[in-house]
Amino acid sequence: METQLALEKWPHEISTVIIGAKNEHGGSRSHSIEIGGQKSLPLLFKEGVIPNKPKIAFEVWDIAPVDWDSELVSAYGKSIKDPFAWVDKCVNDFKAELLCLKMQGAHPDSGDKGAEESAKFVSELLSRTGVPLIIIGCENDVKDNLIMPLISEAAKKERCLIGCAVQDNYKTLAASALADGHTIIAQSPIDINIAKQLNILISDIGLAFERIVMDPTIGSLGYGLEYAYSIMERARLAALSGDKSLASPFICFVGQEAWKAKEAKASANQGIIWEVITASSLIQSGADLLVMRHPKAIEKVNNFIEMLYKG
Amino acid sequence: MFIIGELINGMYADIQAAISSRNKLIVQKCALEQVACGASALDVNCGPASKNPLIDMPWLIEAVQEVTDKPLCLDSSKAEVIKAGLKVSKNKTIINSTTADEEKLDVLLPLAKQYNSQLVAITISKKGIPQNKDQRLELAANIVAYCQDNGFPVEDLYLDPILLPVNVAQEQIKGILESIHEFKLLCDPSPKTIVGLSNLSQGIRLRSLINRTFLTMSLAYGLDSAILNPKDNELMDALITAELILNKNIYCDSYLEAYRKK
Repeated sequence: METQLALEKWPHEISTVIIGAKNEHGGSRSHSIEIGGQKSLPLLFKEGVIPNKPKIAFEVWDIAPVDWDSELVSAYGKSIKDPFAWVDKCVNDFKAELLCLKMQGAHPDSGDKGAEESAKFVSELLSRTGVPLIIIGCENDVKDNLIMPLISEAAKKERCLIGCAVQDNYKTLAASALADGHTIIAQSPIDINIAKQLNILISDIGLAFERIVMDPTIGSLGYGLEYAYSIMERARLAALSGDKSLASPFICFVGQEAWKAKEAKASANQGIIWEVITASSLIQSGADLLVMRHPKAIEKVNNFIEMLYKG
Repeated sequence: MFIIGELINGMYADIQAAISSRNKLIVQKCALEQVACGASALDVNCGPASKNPLIDMPWLIEAVQEVTDKPLCLDSSKAEVIKAGLKVSKNKTIINSTTADEEKLDVLLPLAKQYNSQLVAITISKKGIPQNKDQRLELAANIVAYCQDNGFPVEDLYLDPILLPVNVAQEQIKGILESIHEFKLLCDPSPKTIVGLSNLSQGIRLRSLINRTFLTMSLAYGLDSAILNPKDNELMDALITAELILNKNIYCDSYLEAYRKK
């Protein structure tokens, strides 16, 4: 007798979020990236439509990275010393379709660049490349509240994904995203209750749930991956059952976490493996957007995604 | 919980006046307010004073479905009134209600099938209102068996244990709560359960407090649906909180607001 699959039917779906505005939408991006929109748990293609594959963004900085592992630095060669050359390398050599720009140079310990200078950098980057952008601050709340409004304005109408809003500091960023037509990253510290609360708070400011991407904060393999995994799974189950306040797509900062692990730094190949395993596990718990570092790891995960979605 | 708003009922003066003056705006406002407060469906009842329910019921339904596509719960003890309502319904419907008597089931169950409607069945019979849990269960089992024998999907059946005012039948309320749980065990897939909440507090003081206390308790016993006043904010807060405690929704500090944004 043929085994019958027990299929779940979900009444609701994950929001679709679009990153990057093309000409016809008032921006200047060469293409836009769509994430979310699924009506099923990850990869259960028979239960509901999954219109978009997970997407990978190359992480780039506005300065040459100071603490990156030598394997990572050598993967980009000399270009990593010049942010624009680094971006060109990602786009031209590694065919990046999405970039995640971190404004590390504004951090008081990494150059303390001012808001105008940071905004100017973003303007120039936007004029040099047509790839859609994720832009995140320097992870210093005070400084981010100074630089992000100007950066947001410099990227007005480009429909960037900007971050990261946290429970104690979301108003400035949310107001900028609202005013300048961007979408926002809502970051919670591996805590589903705070994730939900933050989405409610941001939506109260006027940004629709459809303009929020959740960063659940992940740990890499061996460093709490399973905590993030189970939180993402639980949020997804609630969202598909009808909880709109948790129905946002997930962004996972895989590269920065994977390359923190001492195992990743132990040998050249092991770092790539660490990043690949972390990313591919999170895809199975519902990650929609992965921010990654090593081009080889990105290539492998992209191949994995293609294989998964071949059906 | 599947919340059925109770306010479109000719028993209330504003609706009665709207029916007699054919003022559909009042009915439509009442419908939209209940939906805004969280009603998943709307009960529609012409009330005891309606002289011509065969005309009033379709009029009410047409007025309501001009402004909302929520399911409508056609509330009458007369089968011909329900039939008149079903004929004009475009929205999904719930027939409210049959009893456990075969002569009622013989009429209403085919109607439910014909109009693809769900069906509320009250566990009473012409012998009267059951006096304890066992009598309720026996009637419920008869109704379920009748549905199964006649090809009506049990998951479209709502069993109502018939709530009585707490000052009239205080000794029965605990048994009613237990019935709600045990109705669910009658078959798999199980029937749904429903109560007309306001019956509990007819003619007594502190109605809202009594209603919301019972509602939270009945949720813990697995109640699926209630006909209630969704504009009673404290009642809705208690309902949302009870569902939170039963892990139906994920906690956040603004969980009341989060529920209402759904």
